[in-house]
Amino acid sequence: MVENRPWLDALTHLVLVVGVLIVAFPVYVAFIASTHEPSAFVRGVMPLLPGDNMVETYSRMLGEGLELAGTPPVWLMLTNSFWMAMIIAVGKIIISLLSAFAIVYFRFPLRTLAFWTIFITLMLPVEVRIMPTFAVVADLGLLNSYAGLTLPLIASATATFLFRQFFMTVPEELMEAARVDGAGPMKFFKDILVPVSITNIAALFVIMFIYGWIQYLWPLLVTTQEQFYTIVMGIKRLMAQTDREPDWNLVMATVILAMLPPVLVVLSMQRLFVKGLVETEK
Amino acid sequence: MQTKRSIFTNRWLPYVLLAPQLIITLIFFIWPASQAVTSSFERQDPFGFRTTFVWFENYTRVLSDPSYANALWNTAVFAFGVVAVSMGFALLLAVCVDRAIRTARLYTTLLVWPYAVAPVVAGVLWWFLFNPTIGLLPYILEGFGYDWNHRVSGGQAMALIVIASAWKQISYNFLFFVAGLQSVPASLSEAASIDGAGPFKRFWTIIFPLLSPTTFFLMIININYVMFESFGTIDATTSGGPGQSTTTLVYKVYVDGVAGLNIGSSSAQSVLLMGIVIFLTFIQFRYVERRVNY
Repeated sequence: MVENRPWLDALTHLVLVVGVLIVAFPVYVAFIASTHEPSAFVRGVMPLLPGDNMVETYSRMLGEGLELAGTPPVWLMLTNSFWMAMIIAVGKIIISLLSAFAIVYFRFPLRTLAFWTIFITLMLPVEVRIMPTFAVVADLGLLNSYAGLTLPLIASATATFLFRQFFMTVPEELMEAARVDGAGPMKFFKDILVPVSITNIAALFVIMFIYGWIQYLWPLLVTTQEQFYTIVMGIKRLMAQTDREPDWNLVMATVILAMLPPVLVVLSMQRLFVKGLVETEK
Repeated sequence: MQTKRSIFTNRWLPYVLLAPQLIITLIFFIWPASQAVTSSFERQDPFGFRTTFVWFENYTRVLSDPSYANALWNTAVFAFGVVAVSMGFALLLAVCVDRAIRTARLYTTLLVWPYAVAPVVAGVLWWFLFNPTIGLLPYILEGFGYDWNHRVSGGQAMALIVIASAWKQISYNFLFFVAGLQSVPASLSEAASIDGAGPFKRFWTIIFPLLSPTTFFLMIININYVMFESFGTIDATTSGGPGQSTTTLVYKVYVDGVAGLNIGSSSAQSVLLMGIVIFLTFIQFRYVERRVNY
């Protein structure tokens, strides 16, 4: 800080506190709503202080789900979301580590073509190729399966670039020393390159896990069987009950449960998260 | 393109290593994208038995359709709104965190978590707050004599999706602004304050101009976010209504393709969107080149 200005310091903290409160407010209201009985939403305005129905609401959603809206228990949807996010994150990291390794440590015909093919995926977000990708997945018989949920999202130009950039900064001596000691390429990859990349891998994992968890459009299209519903798309089904207001306490309990896992990941691994975020956008 | 100075020599191993990524890319990215391009030049009869090659008819039809122009306009308004609200708010908070050195970490923790909230969840949260029957905010607004009902008013529906999307994006913009502010040399601010410039003057004449690479970069990222990832927010809150007033380009591709089953038109729109993504990516990479030199 350049100079001492007490009033400006006070203003700074005031703005930050207000900012934090505004950002947290919608979640607070949602949480409060999830602790009330359905009758609390019939009259007038939504409550702002906790009710006493929390245990009942959450155990009902986790255990049974809402048959009326055709959604399975939240517990099942959370498990599906978890596996979908895990498969996408781990899958992206593995295939990108391998391709970056090939591009940086080998010279072979068509190398540049391979690089640009991977690069193109950056320009094809799932939203612009919805229909034809759906057709491909349907033709392969992958609707309503984890493979169908994850494979079309798993190719990653971002991760490949990140690892390529990082491998270029790994000292040449490491590889030369490994070769002098008689290590082949895969041994070098497994015992040296992956261990030195571990921070980058972890940072990328945080970002990719969140990416996988918050997917909405794709799971909405490829899953028609309840047993494959993910939590994020399940919320939409909960709200879409015809001819009546949704059961707000149940919807909001699901909303809280849907955001809890990725938010906890961000908060518990904040440093890795920030590193991953900054590096994937370079 | 560079490799290492010393490399491994192996005839087939690099292809094996690249195979998983390339196979997935070809099956789920390149092939569907080329399908989209092909069917954007074709028309299917209503039963899907016959397809005829129609040259640019789908494109001319899409581009002369007033509802496409409407979606384009909505996307522009939406993008402008999110960029202005989210980046403005994030910059204010970042400047404050940059001043509050001792408590910066705590505030950062309290501000970054919305990044992990799914767009559709962000939509539901704000939709609940703005619910015309029981929502808190319409109740407060009514006290000021303002009638809120985004089911009827297109402008209010747009405001709702802008707020919900901007809210989720604040954490991202905030983190990059903080990083940008930290890279502005303190010596410049000190020199200016010796010359008698107050904190506000220093911000507008020195810090803000030096932040422009970050600001520009974030603008591109935010436009990208609004164009593609906001699908869930719109689907959860307004479903493109009332009367198409919140139908954006991506939402229209979905409505025409998945719900309307108009494959030709939907494909043509997809291809146009790809053009926009390619353009944005190009700008982004040009910019990254410049930032390295800067």
